[in-house]
Amino acid sequence: MKTIDLSAATVRDLNQALHDQAKQLTEREWTVAHPDGKHNIAAGIDEALKIDIHGHAGYYCAGMNKKADITIHGNVGVGVAENMMSGAVRVKGSASQSAGATAHGGLLVIEGDAGARCGISMKGIDIVVQGNAGHMSCFLGQAGRLVICGDAGENLGDSLYEVRIYVKGAVKSLGSDCIEKEMRPEHLQELAELLARAGVREDPKHFRRYGSARQLYNFKVDNAHAY
Amino acid sequence: MCGIVGLYLKNKALEPQLGRLFEPMLLSMTDRGPDSAGFAIYGDEVPEGAVKLTLQAHDAAYDWESLVAALEKKLGQTVGWFRNATAAVLKTEAPEAAVRAALAEIAPDIHVMSAGRSIEILKGIGLPTEVTERFTLSRMQGSHIIGHTRMATESAVTMAGSHPFSTGADLCLVHNGSLSNHALLRQDLQREGIVFETENDSEVAAGYLTWRLGQGDSLAEAVNGALEDLDGFFTFAIGTRDGFAVIRDPIACKPAVLAETDDYVAMASEYRAFATLPGIENAKVWEPEPATLYIWERH
Repeated sequence: MKTIDLSAATVRDLNQALHDQAKQLTEREWTVAHPDGKHNIAAGIDEALKIDIHGHAGYYCAGMNKKADITIHGNVGVGVAENMMSGAVRVKGSASQSAGATAHGGLLVIEGDAGARCGISMKGIDIVVQGNAGHMSCFLGQAGRLVICGDAGENLGDSLYEVRIYVKGAVKSLGSDCIEKEMRPEHLQELAELLARAGVREDPKHFRRYGSARQLYNFKVDNAHAY
Repeated sequence: MCGIVGLYLKNKALEPQLGRLFEPMLLSMTDRGPDSAGFAIYGDEVPEGAVKLTLQAHDAAYDWESLVAALEKKLGQTVGWFRNATAAVLKTEAPEAAVRAALAEIAPDIHVMSAGRSIEILKGIGLPTEVTERFTLSRMQGSHIIGHTRMATESAVTMAGSHPFSTGADLCLVHNGSLSNHALLRQDLQREGIVFETENDSEVAAGYLTWRLGQGDSLAEAVNGALEDLDGFFTFAIGTRDGFAVIRDPIACKPAVLAETDDYVAMASEYRAFATLPGIENAKVWEPEPATLYIWERH
């Protein structure tokens, strides 16, 4: 296992060493000390590394992640795991706004709360928030699943496409075109699998499902003749 | 962009170190605001009935001694003073309005940065490190302090356009964000007698709070009014004689993070600003909710 201390090394040094592993894998396990809120820690990884970050990280931590398993033992700033492609990112503390934004795949687990716009424009990622999620979460969500074990803020799922949202707590308000939908057996099963993958002990029967009513402009075939 | 930071000491034993604890917080926000910087520090309080004013000249060699002599003659009161780089701090038992009127007559080119019993606002253009070194922030003492690093968007990079802005006796404002209805609001406030020095949108927010507080509003009432009447993005930190307050607009685009231990409450645009604070590893760290007022004050 290799340790990089960001009180001595730069984030650029760290990320270069991590990126080099994609060419020739010599070290699979990495520990990062003293992140001290620095930005872009462990961004753009392209190999199945295991990375533990001890402390609070700044913006875009684990952004664009591919294959790696990254754990932040603290809080994260804006845009954790933004545009993640695959792999897993776990935040032991809370996340700021836009967690998992635009991400195409992989699993993001936030053990604390997520700020506003969690999963904004998500395109295939699965996100499990053990605490609450802030306002405008899953705005323009296109694909993937968002699970919120606590409460959801205002305008959940505004202008959704195909994301399925599961919420255990209260939803302050639903965004445009977002509606509550029936929990069928396949949804209970899907949610149970997601919770198990995230290592979260919750009963799927206590959750409600939300999704797109598919009534906005883009869903109307009659609008096709405009092109 | 812009960076804002604040530090409020719960543990009085830390007061001699306020500047030393705060300086790295402000400097860590340099890449959010490299154009200018400033801070409002609270301490060295004058007795009830006295007033402390912080003045700023363009020239570090300004002849404050002659100015103070002329002021004493005009006011018929003694005026204590000391110089700090381009600024000077005056203390007197003469009424604030009389001091301001005398200054406007004797030295119209001098800016009054702040007035009150405790507050001193010091600010200027240049990298934050140039500003903190200019005023020797690291050696300052006090109970609390808020500061700002500016990346100018809505108006020119000038000393007058940098933060904090005074909003009344012992009150000041720092702002991260931009306001879209500041031009109209400035005109409305000018009709109410509020005077503006710059085209800066944040100065309009400060003027708005000055106006509401002057109408007899509490700080909470004035801030709630701001949530209604200001259109745009903002995280504000507001310094008061006894502490500070934090508010984010309802959309909460602009970042803010808070940290609390038994010794202090700190606020900043980003967690990075807390990294050098003692005991931060075990602090409670969280983001303030949108449109929710947070106040810490000693009573």
